[in-house]
Amino acid sequence: MKITRKHFLRLSGLSLLAAGCKQAVRPATQPVSAAGNASQQPIHWGMVIDLGKCREKEGCKACIHACNAAHNVPQIADRAHEVKWLWTETFGTVFPSAQNNFAPQRDAAAMVPLLCNHCADPPCTRVCPTQATWKRDDGIVMMDWHRCIGCRYCVAACPYGSRSFNFEDPRPSIASINPDFPTRTKGVVEKCNFCEERLARGLKPACVDACPQHVFTFGDLADTDSEPRQLLRERFAVQREPELGTGPSVSYLV
Amino acid sequence: MLMLDKALKGSPRYWVWLLCLLCVIAAGFCFYLRQLDLGLGITGLSRDVSWGLYIAQFTFFVGVAASAVMVVLPYYLHSEKQFARITILGEFLAIAAVIMCILFIFVDLGQPARVLNIIFYPSPRSLMFWDMISLSGYLLLNAVIAFTTLRAEREASPAPEWIKILALISIPWAISIHTVTAFLYSGLAGRSFWLTAILAPRFLASAFSSGPALLILLCLVLGKVAGYRVADDAIRKLAIIMTYAMAINVFFVLVEAFTVFYAAIPEHTEHFKYLYLLGGGHNLAPWMWVSALCAIAALVILFTPAWRRALLPVACILVFVSLWLEKGLGLIVGGFVPSPLGLVTHYAPTLPEWGIVAGIWAVGAFLITVFYKIVLSVREELES
Amino acid sequence: MRDRIWIFAGLAVFVAALTCPAWDALANAKASSKPPNLVLPANEKECVAPAGTMRAAHMKMLIQWREDVVRSGDRRFVAFNGKVYEKSLTRTCLGCHNKQQFCDRCHEYSGVSGPYCWNCHNDPQAVARSTP
Repeated sequence: MKITRKHFLRLSGLSLLAAGCKQAVRPATQPVSAAGNASQQPIHWGMVIDLGKCREKEGCKACIHACNAAHNVPQIADRAHEVKWLWTETFGTVFPSAQNNFAPQRDAAAMVPLLCNHCADPPCTRVCPTQATWKRDDGIVMMDWHRCIGCRYCVAACPYGSRSFNFEDPRPSIASINPDFPTRTKGVVEKCNFCEERLARGLKPACVDACPQHVFTFGDLADTDSEPRQLLRERFAVQREPELGTGPSVSYLV
Repeated sequence: MLMLDKALKGSPRYWVWLLCLLCVIAAGFCFYLRQLDLGLGITGLSRDVSWGLYIAQFTFFVGVAASAVMVVLPYYLHSEKQFARITILGEFLAIAAVIMCILFIFVDLGQPARVLNIIFYPSPRSLMFWDMISLSGYLLLNAVIAFTTLRAEREASPAPEWIKILALISIPWAISIHTVTAFLYSGLAGRSFWLTAILAPRFLASAFSSGPALLILLCLVLGKVAGYRVADDAIRKLAIIMTYAMAINVFFVLVEAFTVFYAAIPEHTEHFKYLYLLGGGHNLAPWMWVSALCAIAALVILFTPAWRRALLPVACILVFVSLWLEKGLGLIVGGFVPSPLGLVTHYAPTLPEWGIVAGIWAVGAFLITVFYKIVLSVREELES
Repeated sequence: MRDRIWIFAGLAVFVAALTCPAWDALANAKASSKPPNLVLPANEKECVAPAGTMRAAHMKMLIQWREDVVRSGDRRFVAFNGKVYEKSLTRTCLGCHNKQQFCDRCHEYSGVSGPYCWNCHNDPQAVARSTP
């Protein structure tokens, strides 16, 4: 049967279009999965950090040690390549706008614990080209170290400097490996994950448990009766750079 | 289609040049293997300055690639016939530049084996996704246009009609590749050095000065080395385009400086002070002043018609160096220092970093040499 | 026939390149035609899937587990025999299997050049051995 080139092309084009339509229509015709807990509010994990209590124990690093041990965070000697999930800076550095020009602000030299803020509208997840970092339904900004290509766009996007890149193989710099949590490899970005693996087992994050002063109050910010929400009602709290619109889930009681 | 056979016959000088480039490429490749083995820690990058020479070079050469529009537009849109012999050179320069850009991104990745994840898991909210699309599309466009027109020329037949449509598409596409690259930076709320609407226009202005500067230099080299004469009128017009673009670029930089220093918001002024105040360990500041002086010298030459004609190569070199320092180094590093917490971490590329960068430059030079050899051979064949 | 020497030289290079897997196997002491001596776990008789399925598709299952745990937070695995396990390479798989005496032996025999999972995921017995 003789078929002209024009006819053949027209036929192939229409067939491809039909196949494409079938693919597009299929998900629309599938039954919608059970709505599930439509009546329940989704969880929004968050944290309130009491700086007053933290100041009472100067030089304490229990939270940092607990986090590093639980997650095999490498201790790299070269400051340029350091990896940190939870660390401290002075109050004056963290809240530079809370200064006055006449006298050093009270407690400006006190150390403030810093970590990923698990923002409500994170710039880092917006820019990730592979969705190796994304915002979960429970509010945690998660990392997938299998998918990360190490482009460091998220590091550039984070306004808080919360993310670290593995410039070298981290294993030699881990004093004692916790076999329960993977180490990472060179070439991927990492940060605090709100201990999602502990939350899955019904535990609180490592820093929360380790702190002798009960500085960290962790809970569901969507639940008006949760501990962090109560604290936020009773006390004056600040967030880091709220004017940027990122919506941090971590607040500080000054 | 590729007419590569044309690149396989050349003078001893041609082969020696290619051999030198291959040596540099091999050295760069060895450095890259070391980086694959040990990680990006062998570069001068740090937790605070997480992008450096690789990404800066990518940014600069996207500009060079986009500048092909400056020769395509007059020829295809306005039928300026004197651009005939230069348009194809601009298109091949764009192809080589885009390939260099892709290589610069690749060597910057921490896990390059996973680079296809950008395609497997498309993220339309990420500017990097759009950058990949626009750069790949631009590469394809220019490759098809350049090789098709050259092949048509070789066979002494008119180029197919659809080439004109593709060439016209490549004009807004060229603008888009550099705008998307600028958006990579100017959309980040946490980096106040880049968070300015004028970044995209600044990128375009510097692209349209650095690209033509390089193209003019390449044409002059071709004239000396291979006797390939491009119409003087085209070079003159290109020089004028470069002059205007450079003037606009300098104006944009001054406009930025005014906004930053008059409003005097500390977070914004800190970046400029780091880049331009000498002393205090600011290792980039002397280079930024070299860039500024080169820009002024270039404009003085370019604005004086007699000097623009006589000293054109000098002006082109000054423009290229000035913009390479400003965009290929200062702009990127300046965005990271001081860090979001106000800390200063100095950045200086290491030897392996320079080695890899030199290797990629050599790849670009290799491609340009081969492409231009093909063009020259086709034209020689036609003229004989 | 002044090109004879070049032709034979080229042929020799080609034959050497073609047969290099054989040379490599001869030189490599680990490779052998004897099937690997796999040490099975002492405490459990059944894996999370039938042995045949595991042999053929354990990598596919691990990738599925990875996607479930990391991207969906779904850690609960119900095996073919109704038992419930946690989706974890380190805790579930290596909780029974000894990596050196089981996993590595088959991988070496079949020439699987070490899946890069081990760059990050821990072998609890190796960690225990290296801890003083």
